[in-house]
Amino acid sequence: MAGLLQVGVLLAALAAVHKPLGDYMARVFTSTRHLAVERVVYRAVRVDPDREQHWKTYAAGVLGFSFVSIVLLYLIQRLQSVLPFDFGRGPVEPGIAFNTAISFVANTNWQSYVPETVMGHTVQMLGLTVQNFLSAAVGLSVAMALVRGFVRSRTDRLGNFWVDLTRGTVRILLPMAFLFAVVLVGLGVVQSLRSGVDITSVDGRSNHIALAPAASQEVIKELGTNGGGIFNANSAHPFENPNGWTNLIEIFLLLVIPVSLTRTFGTLVGNRRQGYALLSVMTVLWGAMLAVIWWAEAHPNGPAALLAGAGTEGKEVRFGIAGSALFANSTTGTSTGAVNSMHDSYSGLGGGGTMLNMLFGEMTPGGVGTGLYSMLVMAIIAMFLAGLMVGRTPEYLGKKLGRREVTAAAVTILAMPTVLLLGAGIAILLPGTSGYLANSGPHGWSEVLYAYTSASNNNGSAFAGITVTSPWFQSSLGLCMLFGRLIPILAVLCLAGSLAAQKKVPSTSGTLPTTGALFPTLLTGTVVLVAALTFIPALALGPIAEALA
Amino acid sequence: MNALLKQSLAGLRILLVLTVLTGVLYPLGVWAVSRLPGLQANAEGSVVEVDGRAVGSDLIGIDPVAEDPARDPWFHTRPSAVALDLDGDGSADNLGPADGSISMGSNKGAFDEDLVAAVEDRRATIADREDVEPSQVPPDAVTASASGLDPHISPAYAELQVPRVARVTGLSEDRVRALVEENTDGRGLGVLGEPGVNVLKLNLAVTAAG
Repeated sequence: MAGLLQVGVLLAALAAVHKPLGDYMARVFTSTRHLAVERVVYRAVRVDPDREQHWKTYAAGVLGFSFVSIVLLYLIQRLQSVLPFDFGRGPVEPGIAFNTAISFVANTNWQSYVPETVMGHTVQMLGLTVQNFLSAAVGLSVAMALVRGFVRSRTDRLGNFWVDLTRGTVRILLPMAFLFAVVLVGLGVVQSLRSGVDITSVDGRSNHIALAPAASQEVIKELGTNGGGIFNANSAHPFENPNGWTNLIEIFLLLVIPVSLTRTFGTLVGNRRQGYALLSVMTVLWGAMLAVIWWAEAHPNGPAALLAGAGTEGKEVRFGIAGSALFANSTTGTSTGAVNSMHDSYSGLGGGGTMLNMLFGEMTPGGVGTGLYSMLVMAIIAMFLAGLMVGRTPEYLGKKLGRREVTAAAVTILAMPTVLLLGAGIAILLPGTSGYLANSGPHGWSEVLYAYTSASNNNGSAFAGITVTSPWFQSSLGLCMLFGRLIPILAVLCLAGSLAAQKKVPSTSGTLPTTGALFPTLLTGTVVLVAALTFIPALALGPIAEALA
Repeated sequence: MNALLKQSLAGLRILLVLTVLTGVLYPLGVWAVSRLPGLQANAEGSVVEVDGRAVGSDLIGIDPVAEDPARDPWFHTRPSAVALDLDGDGSADNLGPADGSISMGSNKGAFDEDLVAAVEDRRATIADREDVEPSQVPPDAVTASASGLDPHISPAYAELQVPRVARVTGLSEDRVRALVEENTDGRGLGVLGEPGVNVLKLNLAVTAAG
């Protein structure tokens, strides 16, 4: 009962905030005025903020920015020993540095390292925290470019990437992060520059407790749907997430921007019901998956859980089953990947549920910006299918969906399954892979499948029993993250460019309305169908086999 | 290609500026605000001191070890996947103190044979220690937490340990039960999370009472 009320509190908070935040974000990305601090930034980097860009220039900006971000983050890690607050942890080894650089730039934030022994505070703040902000701001920018494609007509201008990036960071992410970081410290989250504190316990034994500047990173890790913990146990660590209050705030933070962006979208296209149509699809799938995961964890199967009496392995007492399932469902339904319980120890159905959330393509409600553009692309696919059924050229929001638009949409949704299944397939064929797994049998395959699912969808959570330090895993997962991020972004920007160039067609009696009940139903069906057709064979060998065992 | 190079250079310049903003000013700003009285103790790890000596953190569960197992005065935490190797067999102990400098769960699934064996072993050990039937041992007592540093145990696991602690410390069971009650963290707003008994605070309270 308390668990249900907890969900109610979360939904009430999101309902209260999504309107003002959604409308505020719409103003941020349409305003013609620049803040003083933004003018300083534009002058320092010598860009003209009032000059809008062609989609190809916008895309070159995203690519170039991602590239230099990866290089800088790699260098910061490799040069750790000359930076302050390194605590003698030494240079991060090349494989980990490569994988981590791509991972944080691609908004994945997969951890192939143990932060407490590998990453010092300077690498965390100057390198990882920065990309927690900027990768989220890139996602926001791309989403706004796509929305402009729908809103504008007969233009080849999509906005200015540097302006979108700067505004997203300065006006949205930074103020919210600062506010909530202080709130989290007030509730017990640590923010320390020391490496740790030496203690002598009640029994006279000495021990060392690790500390870190956690609050500042914890907030943006959730708010930017990133997910890389400053401690190894991530948001299960009591210093990152000490009680029921912080747990709810962190879940709220990882949902709030993706949810509010549907309002931003509705506002910008001039019909808020268009935004609510998308939000209803996200909410239905999020709610259904929450029910599945929660039920599965409350009804454990498997000999160890039955012997213990409950599925408490890998869960913290202060969150319980409800608080763990709610977090797990929200972190995999957004592209966050932070965890407050260990998904590897979930039951077959519960762990499979978290995997399915990612396999939907991260749009329930998805990552910051990425969730909105993924759902819009899926809406194009759904309208295309509907058009095929009735034999009309499909339209969406007054734009014709011709060959170019549908091709770009198809490339966007096929990139992820392609790199995922190729990567996981090759990994399981390689001799020696089983030596890197913590579990044997179907659960071992699930660990591999989860790893490639998480990387290709830029989620970053793990069935963490898998050891991914081998050169094959470090490099192949790195490439999955990179392609899973950049191919869809390029295709989405191409789509935006082609939509913006079109003139708007007036809606007629033959136009399928996209605000009633029919469209969200069709869209939900499309999301589920695409995921099911692509992934049921892979899921059958892992989580489904386990759930039925 | 030229456009990509030009955009990359612009990207590098803006990356450096935004790094100062989000990677230096922001985290150090939060750090500076967290020096305020009322926030600083939290920011530095909610350390508990007894007679000026740091004995642990309110938020971190590290299992105490009894000098004489036959006269064990401590409430015990949950098992930890980052437990120290005190028995010297080369792997983390099934029960026993965690290494507070790292954090981890076991990441074992419910079909894993090692996990089944570990749960079985913990159940038997705890049942023996508390002098109860193995079936009476609650789930959180035999399963490792997600962090390896869970500061709490379920009220059921605390209740299981009350008679032994009362016997060894010479306190009445009712007195110990009252201390358990005092050191139970309830749900936020009455609905957020689950109630848990803070093991460090409880052990300190028992020591102070005895």
